[in-house]
Amino acid sequence: MTVINLRQMKVNQTGQIVAIKVTGELGRRLRDMGLTKGAEIRIQGRAPLYDPVALRIRGFTLSLRNSEADYIDVEVAD
Amino acid sequence: MGKPLKGGSIALAGNPNAGKTTLFNSLTGARQHVGNYPGVTVEKKEGYIDVNGTELHIVDLPGTYSLTAYSEDEVVARDFLAESKPGAVINIVDAANLERNLYLTVQLLELGIPVCIALNMIDTADSMGITIDSRKLSTLMQVPVVPMIARTGKGKKEIVAEAYRLEKELDGRRDFHISYGEDLDHVLIEMESLIKENNFMTDLYPGRWVGIKYLENDEQILSKGDELNGDISNKLIAMVEKVSRHLESTLDTYPEALIADYRYGYIGSILKQDVIQRKFSPDRLLISDRIDRVVTNRFIGPLIMLGIIYGLYQFTFSYSEIPIGWFESFFGWLNDFVSSILPDGLLKSMIVSGIIDGVGGVLGFVPLIMFMFFGIAILEDSGYLARVAYMLDRVFSMFGLHGNSVMAFIVSGGIAGGCAVPGVMASRTLKSPKERLATLLTVPFMNCGAKLPIMALLVGAFFGENKAMMMFIITMIAWGGALLTAKFLRVTIIAGPPTPFVMELPPYRLPTFKGLFIHTWERTWQYIKKAGTVILGISILLWALMTFPNLSESEVQKFASQRQALKSNAAATVLQELDRAGENETVELSPAAVDLAARLRTIDSREGEAVLKNSVAGRMGRSLESVSKHAGFDWRTNIALVGGFAAKEVVVSTLGTAYSLGDVDPENSNSLSDTLKKAANWSPLVALSLIIFTIFYSPCFVTVIAIIKESGSWKWGAFSMIFNTTLAFTLSVLVYQIGSFAGLLSG
Repeated sequence: MTVINLRQMKVNQTGQIVAIKVTGELGRRLRDMGLTKGAEIRIQGRAPLYDPVALRIRGFTLSLRNSEADYIDVEVAD
Repeated sequence: MGKPLKGGSIALAGNPNAGKTTLFNSLTGARQHVGNYPGVTVEKKEGYIDVNGTELHIVDLPGTYSLTAYSEDEVVARDFLAESKPGAVINIVDAANLERNLYLTVQLLELGIPVCIALNMIDTADSMGITIDSRKLSTLMQVPVVPMIARTGKGKKEIVAEAYRLEKELDGRRDFHISYGEDLDHVLIEMESLIKENNFMTDLYPGRWVGIKYLENDEQILSKGDELNGDISNKLIAMVEKVSRHLESTLDTYPEALIADYRYGYIGSILKQDVIQRKFSPDRLLISDRIDRVVTNRFIGPLIMLGIIYGLYQFTFSYSEIPIGWFESFFGWLNDFVSSILPDGLLKSMIVSGIIDGVGGVLGFVPLIMFMFFGIAILEDSGYLARVAYMLDRVFSMFGLHGNSVMAFIVSGGIAGGCAVPGVMASRTLKSPKERLATLLTVPFMNCGAKLPIMALLVGAFFGENKAMMMFIITMIAWGGALLTAKFLRVTIIAGPPTPFVMELPPYRLPTFKGLFIHTWERTWQYIKKAGTVILGISILLWALMTFPNLSESEVQKFASQRQALKSNAAATVLQELDRAGENETVELSPAAVDLAARLRTIDSREGEAVLKNSVAGRMGRSLESVSKHAGFDWRTNIALVGGFAAKEVVVSTLGTAYSLGDVDPENSNSLSDTLKKAANWSPLVALSLIIFTIFYSPCFVTVIAIIKESGSWKWGAFSMIFNTTLAFTLSVLVYQIGSFAGLLSG
């Protein structure tokens, strides 16, 4: 198991969130949408210009910018 | 049956895309009213329903994922719940997406209001292999749960009955709390007792809730608390700081994060107790995902998007032509009718040229707006609009805008030939206030349908060989200008960090017709109401500017005697022939009569020119000449541009009048084009300068009104007029001066 940044994840890769290192408005928004420690995610796809990224979490699809994904660390299988 | 008794009020809350609007429409039908929450531009929908002869007041809260102070919508929903204290909340949740939907439910319960859960879309959940034991959910959370399908109305009666019962029985208060772990629970007890002892905001919120908000660092509650009692507020902040330090050193986390973790933990623990049964793995690709594989594909996605946008365009601008034609014929008929019954004079001129033409011109937009809103409602309700935002966010965010800005730009004429009024209104799909403001201030730069005749005239007259190329360049200039201006605004007066994009891509759904129609009608009616009243006043004002002061007696006399001279020189038979033909253009005339008619028209046109030149607008045009000559514009162009503020269509017809050509049909302006080409003070350079000016100068006043309404302040309307005109003039002067200096395009 290795911990990587959400930005580095590939399409269809799955993982578990280990940390969200941001407070304030963005941090709150991420957490409200279900991005919390321990949540399972899978990358669904990326927009035509590679940004934003779409991921599946808690049974729905969420999209966020790469600059926002930077704050999220994910544990993935090797 | 008498009038129903007045009952209490019920609020409808839920996540976006959970079917809240569908339920609201189905509950209230036509008995709804759309207004605004005080001080903000968030829509407030209210309605009434009868339950056993009692009239319940229902308020549809904005769709939110949470009750933090993240967006205006959330603050509005929270304030309403705390201040108006509805008797019960119907919390509509998406059964297929229960986990995240219950996050809001937990927060509603924490606010202490009786909640009943409408477990919506159980059919969709079922088709995805998800079964929910609603009884178990109800027992575990201790709230009533009603399974339902809002789209078909199944479960509607039951949920209303449940809300009604709650509203009667529980008298507005209900205790609910979940554990936030040892550290936070401990400090929350201390905070709660401090809060309760001092009645610190307890008239509005439960004590524990205030404590949680302090832990969450909620700006709104912190500033409210500080205002109310700085002392207590500081004590609470000190408690939060202490526990924060402790959490950071022991768990490497902070209160806000821990609170969210525990809320999801609580939800997870409930769902795990056999509330949810899944037939398939949650990772299974859903139909929506399969559609997305194609629709947001790197290569095919943008092509499909172009196709859909083009389709929306075709739909809006082609099909609305027919009803617009009806409006035009109606106002044309009204114009003729009023002209025929009123005697010639100022009153007639004001009613016909001022009121009917002005208001008619504006109401003429109504079908266009309806079609556009209908098209956008389809894209929005189906879930596609979120994909457009997803695909284009990268481009728009570079300029300080948002993926959702794209629709407003396209509708305003991003491809050529839209309209900025619905464009400004389309910016409603943006939830982030700063990006929204930057969008609605820059969309008027797009080449709307009314600017096109001006462009066509100038390009046709001066750049005839490269028409298509020139139109393409004009479109590019408009886009470049709009995006750069947006960037400029976002680093100056509307500066601020980008609003987080973090957006749900909702599953694709078939929109309901009822929803689409209510959506469309609501927005259209708001336009008619707001625009209709102001426009009447401004139409009269503009008419007066272009009419007064009248020509002097002697001037009028001069034109009359010229006419008289022509007529007395003509043969009696020719005069009789003209009299008989009257306005009827189909009558075949003798060459002598045709000649006389033409001469008479020339005099009319000259008189028209003289009236215009003498009017306030004409004087403004002439006095502006000393300034406008730096951009290459003479007084005639100036008047036309002043008239263009009423509606850009007016530019071409006013130029026609100013050049003594009588009424020029904007769609067929060959005579004007020839006149301009021959005029000594016109050159391709002047034309280019005017093209630039037309793209960027003040939006027409209907757009300005739309901007005022959508931004919530007249200041932004005034700003768009002044800023845009200044920008336009600066660019035009630059083009004209550099061009003149370098001797380019001098014709």
